[in-house]
Parts: sequence; structure tokens; C-alpha cells
Amino acid sequence: MMKRKTIDRIGLFFVALVMVSPVILFFLWMISLSLKYEIDNGAYPPILIPERFAWSNYLQVFQENNFFLYFWNSILVTGGATLLALLIGVPAGYGIARLKAERSAMVIMIARMTPGLSFLIPLFLLFQWLNLLGTLWPQIIIHLVVTVPIVVWIMIGYFETTPMELEEAASIDGATPWQVFRLVALPIAKPGIVVAFILSVIFSWNNFVFGIVLASRETRTLPVAVYNMLSFEQVSWGPLAAAALIVTLPVLVLTMFAQRQIVAGLTAGAVKGG
Amino acid sequence: MAAVSMETARSDSAAKNGGKLRLAPNYWPFVIPALVVIAAVIVFPWVFTLWMSVNSWTLGQPVVFAGLDNYVRLFTDFRFWESLWHTALYTLLAVVAPLFFGTLAALIFDAQFPLRGFLRGIFVMPMMATPVAIALVWTMMFHPQLGVLNYLLSLVGIGPQEWIYNQTSVIPSLVLVETWQWTPLIMLIVLGGLAAVPREPFESAEIDGANAWQKFRYLTLPMIAPFLMIGVIIRSIDAVKSFDIIYAMTQGGPGTASETINIYLYNTAFSYYDIGYASAMAVIFFVIIVALSFVLMMVRQRANWSDVETR
Repeated sequence: MMKRKTIDRIGLFFVALVMVSPVILFFLWMISLSLKYEIDNGAYPPILIPERFAWSNYLQVFQENNFFLYFWNSILVTGGATLLALLIGVPAGYGIARLKAERSAMVIMIARMTPGLSFLIPLFLLFQWLNLLGTLWPQIIIHLVVTVPIVVWIMIGYFETTPMELEEAASIDGATPWQVFRLVALPIAKPGIVVAFILSVIFSWNNFVFGIVLASRETRTLPVAVYNMLSFEQVSWGPLAAAALIVTLPVLVLTMFAQRQIVAGLTAGAVKGG
Repeated sequence: MAAVSMETARSDSAAKNGGKLRLAPNYWPFVIPALVVIAAVIVFPWVFTLWMSVNSWTLGQPVVFAGLDNYVRLFTDFRFWESLWHTALYTLLAVVAPLFFGTLAALIFDAQFPLRGFLRGIFVMPMMATPVAIALVWTMMFHPQLGVLNYLLSLVGIGPQEWIYNQTSVIPSLVLVETWQWTPLIMLIVLGGLAAVPREPFESAEIDGANAWQKFRYLTLPMIAPFLMIGVIIRSIDAVKSFDIIYAMTQGGPGTASETINIYLYNTAFSYYDIGYASAMAVIFFVIIVALSFVLMMVRQRANWSDVETR
């Protein structure tokens, strides 16, 4: 009996391995492309592990394509949009959960369903009118369209599950609502805030559509920068793959370290979102 | 005052009724900053888009009130109808394929085997990866001469494909990328459903001699159905709006073979600067998405799955 179970488990392991293999092979190939010279990348049959590694591809991305600047832009835009979203979204989630204001939650839901482009046209014109184009502000502000709904949505769900007893006891003792929030509710909500932070960072970092319209040469974020490396006549695969890897590596590392939080946040949001 | 609050604190039901009203702290100040931001970046654009959609305005030229002209133009615009069809096809495929593979993966990951957590961690990665970066690598893999995919096909004796460079295969190829990226989300949702499935019915089914397929078909499937429906709703909304992958890989091409509403909308607004017309398209697109989610939610309610779903 025991033996059969072990065999079953090993069998399942191999089935799972087959299931996961498209992911493993894709990322392996991505790394391989980024470490090969043009000759190796153009070889047929394709080469997985080259004889000489082209580390220069990475160097080229940073030196010739200004990736230090774009990396910094991405950090500012994602960081700014996430911090602002937490600053206003965490109290809002608390307020909505305590008010039981389901209708305001609906607005958030509809915002998620709205295509990003329909925000882009009016805000693009607004930023042009305010003369903000050419700075990072338009992108920080428009990323709030993504980050605020995520933070509010997750925090509503979280504060709905935190116990009311402590808060009530505190207000009996004469604490103001703000003090109750600051000193009682907020410390308990830390795990929820971490989930909201991580998801907000990932979705803001990955955002592409806002950048291609709003970013100028100086204010590109990484997804836009990597897209702009494509010139259709002469594409160098090595540097392009290296750039793609640089863009997505931070979120992949974050995913690996915070897998449990991400899964919790996404499935909670998903199940509620339905 | 204190006595009343002591009582309400003690019993939940009392807190919900009488005493609550008088004691309830004012929570609106917590919500107002977010409301202001949402009004500025979400509600203002909605209103503005609605208003622009009844005007004729190409950037750099004066705004002229046009009534419903833009909407009339949409209904006679062949390219719009074509993009509508592309969107429908793309969405259908990009919902069905991840649903199938995601459910399969969830069934496997629900079981016990070595390195399960590690493999699941890898499986989830595509969903979090930057879509543009992923799309560029897939573009290289789809290359008809140098791409690794045609080489892999040749190993099993299948001739070279044109993937995204052919009018008929471009949408399925894009869906392949979308499926690769979003299957994990369905897996996670269904896995959550499987965790809530009770064990007893399976034990009695086993005694009655049911085989694996029968157990899946008549026990597992009905029990995870509400979760599948949630997956369908979320996937539909996301697939209809899909932009990054399509834009980065084909920009709607070859020709207009993969131009979805979202891509056509983008081109109208930011290549032709035809703001009024693009706004009308955005309004119709929004209506389509809301209608789609509404229909899907209706189906979900009709099937009376909602009581299974609430814990």
C-alpha cells in the first residue's frame, strides 16, 4: 500500500513537471537569448548553451540604451503611485469596510473593468493643458488608476475580517476615530497592507499602455524603453532579450519571495471580484 | 453612553441594530481623500469621454458639436466591425484555453507530490511577469526562420509555421501567449475551490465503484463550477481589454488581421488624433464590457451557484 502511494506521487511529480515545462523552457530560452552573440542567436539548429557568453549584451543595454535612467524612472513612477495609493487607499478601505458602503466598492469594480485607454484620452489632454507632459507626474498620477483600486479593494476585504471589539473598546475609552484607526486598526492590518503594496507595485511596474502615450524620451519607464528598442529593420536579439530580462526580473524576484501574499491577494480579490 | 456601548460591544446583533447609529464614529473623513482622487482620475475621464463622443474633434482643430454622428459613423465603419469580430474570437479563445489548462493544472496541484510548492511557484511566474518583455521574447520565438518554435516543431515532423506573420494564424498565436501567461490565474482560483471540496462524497463514490472520470464529472466539476464561473468572468474582462501583448507583437497586423477594438481605439486616438471618434468607440467598448460582465453574472446567479460559493 505504501509503495503504491510513493509511485503515485512520483508519477504526479512528473505530470506536474510536464505542466510546468513551458514556463521553465521559456525562461531558460530567454536567459539563453540574452547571453548569446548574434552569430549564436542566428544559428540553426538553435543553440541553448553557447560556448562564449555575451555578457556584453547587458552592458550594451545600460550603456547605449540609457537603462539606468529608465530604471530610475520606473522606480519613481511605481514608488510614487504605490505610496500615494497606500496613503489614501488604506484609510479609504477602512472607512468603506466600517461604513459597509458597498456602492462605493462598485465604483472600484467598474474602474477595473474600464479599458485603460478610455482614461488615457481625457487625462492626456488634461496633462497637456496643465503643461505637465515631459515630467514624471502624468505617469505617477495616471498609475493611480491602477494602484488605488487594488489597494482599496484589498483593504476593504482585509478590514472586514479584523475584529471590531478592540476598536469599540478604544472608542469607549475616548479615542477619536483617527486614533482608533492609527493605533488599533492599522497595526493589525499590516499583512493586508503588505499584500496591497506588493500587488500594487507589480501591476504598476508592468504597466505599458500609459507609458507609450505619456512618456517622452527622458521620462520612459522600463516597459516602454524595452519596446522602443525594437527597430523593425535591424533587431539585435541578444541585447533585446537582456533588456526584457532586466525589465521583468524585479517583479519575478518579488513573486518568488512573496508568493504566499500574492496568491492570497489575487485569489481573495478574484473571488470577491466575481 | 458608556453603558450602552458596553452592551453593543458584547453582542453582535445588538451592535447591528439599535445602539450602533448613535455610537457610530464618523468614517467619511477616511474615505474622502480617495473619493477626490477617484473623482479626478476615474470619474472625470468617464464624463469627459462621454462629452467628447458627441463632438467632432481632431487634435489641433476646433471642437465642433456633432450629436450622434460619431456613433452613426461607428455603425457603418467596416474596420470597427472587423475589430469587433477579432475581439470576440480572441476573447473566446483566450478564455477557453486558460480555463481548460488552468483546471487541469489545479487538479494536479491539488494532489500531494514532491516539490509541489516549488513547482507551483514557478508555474505562477508568467502571470506576474511584465507582458511587454514576455511578448518580445515570444516574438523572437515565433520568427519563421530563426525562431526556436519552428525548430521544435521540426523535431516532431511538423513543417514550419508563420505564427504571427500570417493573417489566419496570428490570433491563435497571440492567444497562445495569453494562455501561457494567464493559465496560472485560473489554476489559483480553481485550486481555492478544490480546497473547499468535502471528502465524504468521494469515499462513498469509491465504494460504489465510480472511476476517476465519473468522480470528476459528477462530483468535482459541479462543486468547482462556481469557481470556474468566476474564472470565466475575470478572464473575459481581461481578454476583451487585452492590449500589451497584441500591441507589442503585431500592432494589429499583419494588415489589420489582429486589430481588436482596443488596438483600433488606440490607433484612432493616438495615431490619427481623432479624439471625438475614439471617444465614441471607448464608450461603446465600455458598454460592451459592462454588458458582458452583466450577462456572465446573470448566468452565474441563474445556475444558483451563489449559495455554494458563500463559504
